[in-house]
Amino acid sequence: MNLRGIAAIYIFEMARTGRTLMQSIVAPVLSTSLYFVVFGAAIGSRITEIEGVSYGAFIVPGLIMLTVLTQSVMNASFGIYFPRFTGTIFEILSAPISFLEIVLGYVGAAATKSIVLGLIILATSFLFVPLHIAHPVWMLVFLVLTSAAFSLLGFIIGVWADGFERLQIIPLLVITPLTFLGGTFYSTSVLSPFWQKVTLFNPLVYLISGFRWSFFEIADVHVGISLGMTIFFLVICLAVVWWIFKTGYRLKN
Amino acid sequence: MQPIISVANLSKTYASGFRALKNINLDVQPGEIFALLGPNGAGKTTLIGIICGILNASEGSVTVGGRDIVRDYRATRSMIGLVPQELFTEMFETVWATVTFSRGLFGKAANLAHTEKVLRELSLWDKKDNQIRTLSGGMKRRVLIAKALAHEPQILFLDEPTAGVDVELRKDMWEVVRQLRASGVTIILTTHYIDEAEDMADRIGVINKGEIILIENKAELMRKLGQKQMTLNLQNKLDVVPKELSAYQLSLGAGGSDLIFTYDTQVDHTSIPALLADLGRAGINFRDLQTTQRSLEDIFVGLVSQKK
Repeated sequence: MNLRGIAAIYIFEMARTGRTLMQSIVAPVLSTSLYFVVFGAAIGSRITEIEGVSYGAFIVPGLIMLTVLTQSVMNASFGIYFPRFTGTIFEILSAPISFLEIVLGYVGAAATKSIVLGLIILATSFLFVPLHIAHPVWMLVFLVLTSAAFSLLGFIIGVWADGFERLQIIPLLVITPLTFLGGTFYSTSVLSPFWQKVTLFNPLVYLISGFRWSFFEIADVHVGISLGMTIFFLVICLAVVWWIFKTGYRLKN
Repeated sequence: MQPIISVANLSKTYASGFRALKNINLDVQPGEIFALLGPNGAGKTTLIGIICGILNASEGSVTVGGRDIVRDYRATRSMIGLVPQELFTEMFETVWATVTFSRGLFGKAANLAHTEKVLRELSLWDKKDNQIRTLSGGMKRRVLIAKALAHEPQILFLDEPTAGVDVELRKDMWEVVRQLRASGVTIILTTHYIDEAEDMADRIGVINKGEIILIENKAELMRKLGQKQMTLNLQNKLDVVPKELSAYQLSLGAGGSDLIFTYDTQVDHTSIPALLADLGRAGINFRDLQTTQRSLEDIFVGLVSQKK
């Protein structure tokens, strides 16, 4: 295994985050903090508790997920798209490194950034709302699995995209709406039975629900199903990435 | 001697249906400088791309160091360094960071002494902490060479390495190439500066419209295809070439002051003495004479135009 090759890509990608600290870390943390101020402190104080949890605290897992999902996709898609755009991908493709190792480098870096970002937002939330995490280990498991799965999705988008517009389409027009509709700001139990069933087709419901369970032990769907769906999504993304490298789709043709 | 690169029946058809390579067969020997010449779109970069692993072949096989480039990609790619035609670099990285990145990517442990040596040889040492975007085009080209040499390859592909590079820098680059060759590195280069190929290469390959139309030892090629010209500066101008000299391939130049004789060194062993004797009999005297040999560029243009 080319461990040095993986490390080279990983360090390179993490260094890029260092150069764009405002954009990569500060901006998402600031925008999430505004959600806390508006929904947690200003409006949240007028909303009744949800299953015994204050509204300000209830939205914390959803907001962390919102940022982690969008940042995972954006970091990973940009990470692989930019070398394609500038042409420097030739060096990656001509190196003695397997597709799995390339993915580990890019997706590992993107997922690391998202996890760090999620933890920073979690730490920030303690400034706004009183919070207790019931299952910290499961919280980390969901955070890591979700970051990895959506970084893989971002990698796929970065290979598929043939312009900066396409790069933005999925995060802005798919991920963000599905996150908002997936129970970031509410429990799906407040919906009518029909819309509760429709919501189950939104894969992000399972991720947010599972993550929220690790905080408050309350969930819209059973935590086992959430975990299974998260792993299922991860496996689907891995299969697509494997196919990309096997066929050379948009990389070697 | 076993070739260090062996290409067999290689073809490449792009998704658009364009057939970029047609049944290419080519061997490159260890330690040689092989120049691949061809007009734009001939298939040079596609061929290099497949050997280096950047593109998938449609048919055929390639071995590097006796190993298949698909099955043993780790071993074969470790042997190769590639300097691409375009200035593909990470603009916001420093020179040092990008060169050390390349070495790591190829699975080599950091070697500060080697990296420093490469940067010093390419006159980049003073720029090692500069972001690449601040460098001139020529210096960026050097950075690409440094990246390709970072992992100490045994084979170096130089795809139009001196395009857009000033004369002094070009001379420096070729000096580096000579040193690499002296250290045993096999070099495959494409260039539009045919005089460079003529000066540097051991063997020449000509590719046109996806087909190899010639592979030859450079000296042999020059000898086989090299036509010579002898120019005679006449004492008295001529209006036309006299009929009694029609057996020779003659033309007039400089308004009739020069009589130009074109001959093939392979065929015309006795034509110069015969021509001079016939000139004397025809009463045509000359003040001076000079001979010139057909350049590789002339040969290349001739081969490619024959195929059109």
